Amino acid sequence: MLDSADHSDRIAEILEAHQHLEGPLLPILHAVQAAFGHVPQSVLPQIAKALNLSKAEVHGVVTFYHDFREAPAGRHVLKLCRAEACQAMGADRVAGAVKAALGIDWHETTPDGRVTLEPVFCLGLCACGPAAMVDGRLIGRCDVSVVEEVAV
Amino acid sequence: MKDFIIPDRDFGTPAAKSKQMVTLTIDGFDVTVPEGTSIMRAAAEAGITVPKLCATDSLEAFGSCRLCLVEIEGRNGTPASCTTPVAPGLKVHTQNAKLKQLRRGVMELYISDHPLDCLTCAANGDCELQDMAGAVGLRDVRYEAVDNHFKAKNTSGEANPQWLPKDDSNPYFAYDPAKCIVCSRCVRACEEVQGTFALTIEGRGFDSRVSFGAKTDNALASDCVSCGACVQACPTATLTEKSIIDIGTPERSVITTCAYCGVGCSFKAELRGDELVRMTPYKHGKANRGHSCVKGRFAYGYASHKDRILSPMIRDSIEDPWKEVSWAEAMAFAASRMKGIQEKYGRQSVGVITSSRCTNEEAYLVQKLTRAVFMNNNTDTCARVCHSPTGYGLGQTFGTSAGTQDFDSVEHTDVVIIIGANPTDGHPVFASRLKKRLRKGAKLIVIDPRRIDLVDGPHVKAAHHLPVRPGTNVAVVTALAHVIVTEGLMDEAFIRERCDWDEFQDYAEFVSQPNHSPEATELLTGVKPADLRAAARLFATGGNGAIYYGLGVTEHSQGSTTVIGIANLAMLTGNIGRPGVGVNPLRGQNNVQGSCDMGSFPHELPGYRHVKNDAVRNVFEEMWGVKIDNEPGLRIPNMLDAAVEGTFKGLYCQGEDILQSDPDTKHVSAGLAAMECVIVHDLFLNETANYAHVFFPGSSFLEKDGTFTNAERRINRVRKVMAPRQGYADWEVTQLFAQAMGANWTYTHPSQIMDEIALLTPSFAGVSYEKLEEMGSVQWPCNEAAPEGTPLMHIDGFVRGKGKFIRTEYVATDERTGPRFPLLLTTGRILSQYNVGAQTRRTANVVWHDEDVLEIHPHDAEVRGVKEGDWVRLASRSGDTSLRAKITDRVSPGVVYTTFHHPETQANVITTDFSDWATNCPEYKVTAVQVSPSNGPSEWQRDYAERTEKSRRILAAE
Repeated sequence: MLDSADHSDRIAEILEAHQHLEGPLLPILHAVQAAFGHVPQSVLPQIAKALNLSKAEVHGVVTFYHDFREAPAGRHVLKLCRAEACQAMGADRVAGAVKAALGIDWHETTPDGRVTLEPVFCLGLCACGPAAMVDGRLIGRCDVSVVEEVAV
Repeated sequence: MKDFIIPDRDFGTPAAKSKQMVTLTIDGFDVTVPEGTSIMRAAAEAGITVPKLCATDSLEAFGSCRLCLVEIEGRNGTPASCTTPVAPGLKVHTQNAKLKQLRRGVMELYISDHPLDCLTCAANGDCELQDMAGAVGLRDVRYEAVDNHFKAKNTSGEANPQWLPKDDSNPYFAYDPAKCIVCSRCVRACEEVQGTFALTIEGRGFDSRVSFGAKTDNALASDCVSCGACVQACPTATLTEKSIIDIGTPERSVITTCAYCGVGCSFKAELRGDELVRMTPYKHGKANRGHSCVKGRFAYGYASHKDRILSPMIRDSIEDPWKEVSWAEAMAFAASRMKGIQEKYGRQSVGVITSSRCTNEEAYLVQKLTRAVFMNNNTDTCARVCHSPTGYGLGQTFGTSAGTQDFDSVEHTDVVIIIGANPTDGHPVFASRLKKRLRKGAKLIVIDPRRIDLVDGPHVKAAHHLPVRPGTNVAVVTALAHVIVTEGLMDEAFIRERCDWDEFQDYAEFVSQPNHSPEATELLTGVKPADLRAAARLFATGGNGAIYYGLGVTEHSQGSTTVIGIANLAMLTGNIGRPGVGVNPLRGQNNVQGSCDMGSFPHELPGYRHVKNDAVRNVFEEMWGVKIDNEPGLRIPNMLDAAVEGTFKGLYCQGEDILQSDPDTKHVSAGLAAMECVIVHDLFLNETANYAHVFFPGSSFLEKDGTFTNAERRINRVRKVMAPRQGYADWEVTQLFAQAMGANWTYTHPSQIMDEIALLTPSFAGVSYEKLEEMGSVQWPCNEAAPEGTPLMHIDGFVRGKGKFIRTEYVATDERTGPRFPLLLTTGRILSQYNVGAQTRRTANVVWHDEDVLEIHPHDAEVRGVKEGDWVRLASRSGDTSLRAKITDRVSPGVVYTTFHHPETQANVITTDFSDWATNCPEYKVTAVQVSPSNGPSEWQRDYAERTEKSRRILAAE
């Protein structure tokens, strides 16, 4: 992970671009994640100071949203729905097969940095369960072949 | 709030302030409460307790625990009573079959994720979760904890990822996440009550956890200031005082007053036997309203520290080791020496210093000792070195030597000027009340050389920070007045009605001169004219304007002038005589106001009446049966000068460490060394005691009855919680000494001393222990005209008649920077340490601050080759010392800053003997210095350490 010295200038730019907004924290965090692929712990004090918030408050917001990452994800992010409708359609089985195929558990990234596997609770695609999402793209009625989507 | 002894009812939500009353029916009873009150509180007022977990009356309602559900006729569902406000005619039911079932269900869920180790839990008998389980009749828990937060390992021995270990990093309290019910009370207390925002809830859903700071922080590493608000708010054992974990629950409590700063917080001292278990802030304390800081709440361990001296000691010469003796022998020795000195060198050759740490009654007795027994007026107090200019400046302009408001006033203020004060460190409980008001929209102007925490922090941002160059306060204050007068922003109606119009015109002509404009003074002050103009406009036009100031104003060669300038500003803008305004000195010590009131100054008898006034003297002479000298006596610096000259030979110094706290340490030590009898009356062998011949061990504030007077003139009771460990309360020691000197004093309780004070002092005429018992506290003046005391002063007219405008010409201090000493040193204090640190250094507070460091701007550090943490030599024209550097842009280039909490550093070796023109208050805040890299402690520091060790030897008992 890069250290804070490498981030501070870029963070300052992001803060500059968003500080005029009302309630700028979430847009700033999105921009940070877009810039670095994750929200490094080391940038929290700088964001907090700029917004007259405490470090703890920013930490509370960051951790509330699962999509703000603490560490960079793999090149692909594969999300499998774990909610009731998908479970009824065999999501557990798909999840087990995907985990075995990739050799990782939830929240883990393959050693080659290719893919990060994450559970998600409802993608709004209940009619086509089990549902998955690959890099933001929805996939309905998925099975273990979904791993081919993240093969390279 | 955990309040099981002297149950202090928790009403669940804060009181509503509306004047509009609403009547509703709760469980068949009619209840009338102010509009905006919650149903929970209305029920509590009617004596009906609705079960609750996340609500407490120090915090706004939150509505998360779902235990306080009620039914309201004609409304759907079961709303939470804490978040539902009352409305006229509501019919509320707090208990029925449906509610019972719902509450039990909720409790089952809570308990299913809670360790049931009640018998070995620190909160056993003092736990709201336990109480609520009882209240809802929980008999069975249907859920089995599969996923849980409280088991370190599952049954097959695998670690539970949801379990977090206990955080013991804070020296005073522990955080045990396993017991947490995530009610958010601690997080809300940190935000709403303390205003630090050090806590948060991290994660969501089942993963929600209370977190100090961010991911890698613990309680100590986070922004936490250890004020104890979270511990006070926690309903379970999750956040618990370590003293409770060590000792157990207390069995009795005594209401008393904190002995640290001038805020004067009320506390409950909670005890088991005569062991102090904990101090908790008292909800009904009018200065603190249930809040506390790390010092008052936790740093009381000094009272039982091993360094405390419990036996009187004497020695012939300061080169000898101490010899422990009986009280009688110590008194005889001290009295014969003092008598001998007076016989040999005359009546004026001895004197006293009263303590601002002791009670009013004790300070009164010490000044009476010099006036009625030594027969001179050689009395002074440490206010000499802090707020004597306040006494002078406010006395001249308004007619009283004290602040004009109570602390509640801050709730009504719209614009606050903080000048020369750092409330978050020096007066933390007031700072929390101020921050609360700022979060509600009040504006803040900070005038300080240093960027204090209030300038920019979580949910606080000063509208203007004027980084004044040390020593130029007068120029800044006058420039503010210049803007207000020349732009016509003054409150002319107020000035015409309340102040002397001719004097105002003279003053207006003076401040209007172009050389007082912000543009002209910028060269001196370093403050940007545009900022200063904007600040002046804001203060003059922003609504209720209040000025709070501290030692950064007074401890200057022109301290009194700045105080006068501040008073002028308040009069100019009509900000006197109602809530939300006023001039408010933040007094440093718990009883510095009181020790001044008690006649500790050499020219004033109790109640600020001059010794030259025959009528006043007569009253005292009649009561005391002696003739009082009509010449003012010596001030502390004069005593020391006279000692060096050989005409002042004996000193009784009560609870003050002048060697460490007074400026120009070398001069102080030379003065003390020249005396033939120095009596030190203190808890510890302090630095002054290195030069003492007699040591009277003192009693702590827990061991005596009396009163302290805080910065808002509030007389608070100090109550004896335990017997004095060394045998006598301080007032008894002074009385024993007076008796040994031949006086016929026969006080048997401090209330008799207060009665005598009331008889002799018009502003205290109505004060008695009975009244304090009845009212809790009272603000002087308290007399026939104001039998319940005076929260706000100068309401209809100034005490002196017409408010007096006085010209405030800026005169530069003689302490100037030059090629040899190019930087300006200013001094201050830090949250965790108090004054010279005699008490706080003997507590676990040292984890936050174990040495004084020198703050220096990166630019100044770089040109000197100084890096973070390096030893540097700090030298002035007076002396030099060494300490470590901390590089920060909190200070401006050209300014360095340090604290004076540690005797090893002795920052006062550096400070000069320049002082306020009117009152001799030393100019601590401005010293020209040079900073250079160093290898370690200076020669002087090593010599001093050696001398200290030598002079603290105590002979083994025979």
